[in-house]
Amino acid sequence: MTDGTPHLEFCNLCAFYGSKQVLKDVTFTVPRNSVIGIIGPANSGKTTLLKTINRTLDFVSGGRFTGDVRINGQSVRSMRDPNELRRRIGMVFPLPVGLPLSIYENVAYAPRRRGVTDKAELDEIVERCLRQSVLWEEVKDRLQMLGTRLSGGQQQRLTLARALSLSPEILCLDEFSIAIDPVTTMRIEDVLKELRKSITIVLVTNLVQQARRLADNTLFLWRSEMVELSPTDVAFSDQPKDRRTYEYINGIFG
Amino acid sequence: MNSAPALNPFAATELESQKGRRLVLTKWVMFGFCALLVVPLVLILVDIFVKASPLFSWDYIWQNPVNKGKAGGLWAPLVGTFYLVIGSLLFVAPVGILAAIYLNEYAKEGWLNRTISVAVTSLAGVPSIVHALFGLGAFVLGMLPAINRLIVDPNHPEKKWEAGLLTASLTIAVMNLPVIITSAREALGAVPLAFREACWNLGATRWQTIRTIVLPNSLSGILTGIILVVSRAAGETAPILFTGATYFKFIADSGWQKLFPYSIGEPFVAMSMHLHVICTQISKMPDVMKFGSAAALIVLILLINSFAIALRVWLRGRKRW
Repeated sequence: MTDGTPHLEFCNLCAFYGSKQVLKDVTFTVPRNSVIGIIGPANSGKTTLLKTINRTLDFVSGGRFTGDVRINGQSVRSMRDPNELRRRIGMVFPLPVGLPLSIYENVAYAPRRRGVTDKAELDEIVERCLRQSVLWEEVKDRLQMLGTRLSGGQQQRLTLARALSLSPEILCLDEFSIAIDPVTTMRIEDVLKELRKSITIVLVTNLVQQARRLADNTLFLWRSEMVELSPTDVAFSDQPKDRRTYEYINGIFG
Repeated sequence: MNSAPALNPFAATELESQKGRRLVLTKWVMFGFCALLVVPLVLILVDIFVKASPLFSWDYIWQNPVNKGKAGGLWAPLVGTFYLVIGSLLFVAPVGILAAIYLNEYAKEGWLNRTISVAVTSLAGVPSIVHALFGLGAFVLGMLPAINRLIVDPNHPEKKWEAGLLTASLTIAVMNLPVIITSAREALGAVPLAFREACWNLGATRWQTIRTIVLPNSLSGILTGIILVVSRAAGETAPILFTGATYFKFIADSGWQKLFPYSIGEPFVAMSMHLHVICTQISKMPDVMKFGSAAALIVLILLINSFAIALRVWLRGRKRW
C-alpha cells in the first residue's frame, strides 16, 4: 500500500498539438503504489496526459509539452534514452492491438528486446503476464496462434499482458476494459487490486464506477483543465470540492 | 400438371425486360472493347511463337550464336541478361529499400520529404533513353576513367576497364531505383501504424520495430517490386545501348568459361540488344532467328512475371492480420 511519497509528479503541465492546447497547467502528484482514476469527457486531454509520461507524445507530429513530468523526482525530459523510460512504464491504450506475432511472442516481445533469451525464464514471464491479464485459461493450449487472430476483447487483454511483461513501476491504463466483457473486467480489476501493492496505477476511464471501485484518488479533467483532485470517496460523495464533478459523475452535466 | 398459371405475378413487365436487354447489350459492347485489346496481343504472340517454333529445343538455349546470329542459339545473350539483372539488383535493391525505409519510417513530414517524393515519382517517368545518356555521362565517361587511373598498370594499358556489365548494371539500377522505392514505400506503409506504436510503447527502438514487425510484414510487397524491376531490366534495350552492351561477342563454348563468360569491365551481349541487332543491323538474317529471339525474350519476361505473381499469391495467403 502507499507510503505517501510521490511517485509521479506533474508540474504546470501544458500540452499542445501544433498550436492547439490540449492540457492547461495541470499540476498534481500521484503517491507511490496508489491508484489514481482520471475521469472526464472525450477530448479533455486524458490520453495526452498519459502520453507525456512515457514521452510518446514525441511521436505525434506537432505534439509537445511544457512544464514537467517527474518520476521519482527525476524529470522525464532529463532521461537520456526515452526507450529506457518507456520500458519502465506499462501503457494500455483503448484500441486492442495484437502484434502480428504468435500470442507467446507478443508477450515475450519486450523481454526479448531487453535481452532475456532463456527459454524457461521467458515461459515463466509469458505465463505470469497472461494469468494477470486473465487470458491464460483461454489461450494456454494455442500459444503459437497469431495474436491478431484473437477476438477484440482477447487482444485487449493481450495488450495488457504485453504492458505487464515490462514489470513496470507505473501502469497506465486508458479505457482498458472497453472491449472486455463485464465478468472478465471484474476479474482483471481484482488483479489490479493485487498489483497496486507493488506498482502505481494511472487509470483513465469513462466508466466512472470503475474509478470508484479502484481508485484511491480521482482526478476530473474537463476541457483540458483540472477541475478537481480528491480522494475517491470525496469525489464521489454528494459534496465534492467542485460542483461540476458531482454533475459529471451523476450525468447531469450540460 | 393441369395447366400453367395464366398469370405469373413474378414475370417481368415489358419495361423490365427492355431494361434487361439493354443491360445485356451493354455488357457485350464492353466485352467487345476488352477483346479489342486482347485479340491483337494474342495474335502477335501466336504469330511469333508459330514462326519461331522450328527452333524450339534445348540446343537453342544452350548454344552460342553462330555467324552473327544467323544460326546457333542464344546462350551468350541469355547469360549476359542474367548477369545484367543480378548486377543491377545488387545495386538497386539495398539502396532502394534503405531509402524507402528512411522515407517511410524516419523522415518527418515536411517540405524535404515531399520534395524527395515528388522527385522520385518524376524520376520514374523519365524515358529510358535519357537514363542511357545519364549512364553514359556518369558511369562510362565519368566513373570508368577514374577507376582506370587507379587500377591500370602503365606497362599494360590495354588491360583497362571498358563500358560493360558494371556500367550497364549501374545504369539499369538508376533507372529502376524509383520503382523500387515507390513499391517498397507502399509495402511499408501498408503495415498499420498501431503496430509501431504498440512496439514504441514497449520501449522498442525504431530500428527494433522495423526489424521485428515492419519488415517481416512488408516483405511480400517489397519482393514483388523487386521482381517487376527484374523484368524491366531484362527487357530494356535503350539504357544498355551506350553503356556496355555490344553487338556480338564470342564467348567460350564449354567449361566454366561458358557459365561465367564476362568480366565486369568488358562489353557483353544481352537478349534485348541481340534482338535489336539481328532485326535491324544484319542483312540476310533468316526470319526464323528473329522470331526465335523475340519468343525467347517474351518467355523470359513472362516467366519472371509469373514468378512474381505466384510469390504475391503465396505471401498474401500468409497475411497475418
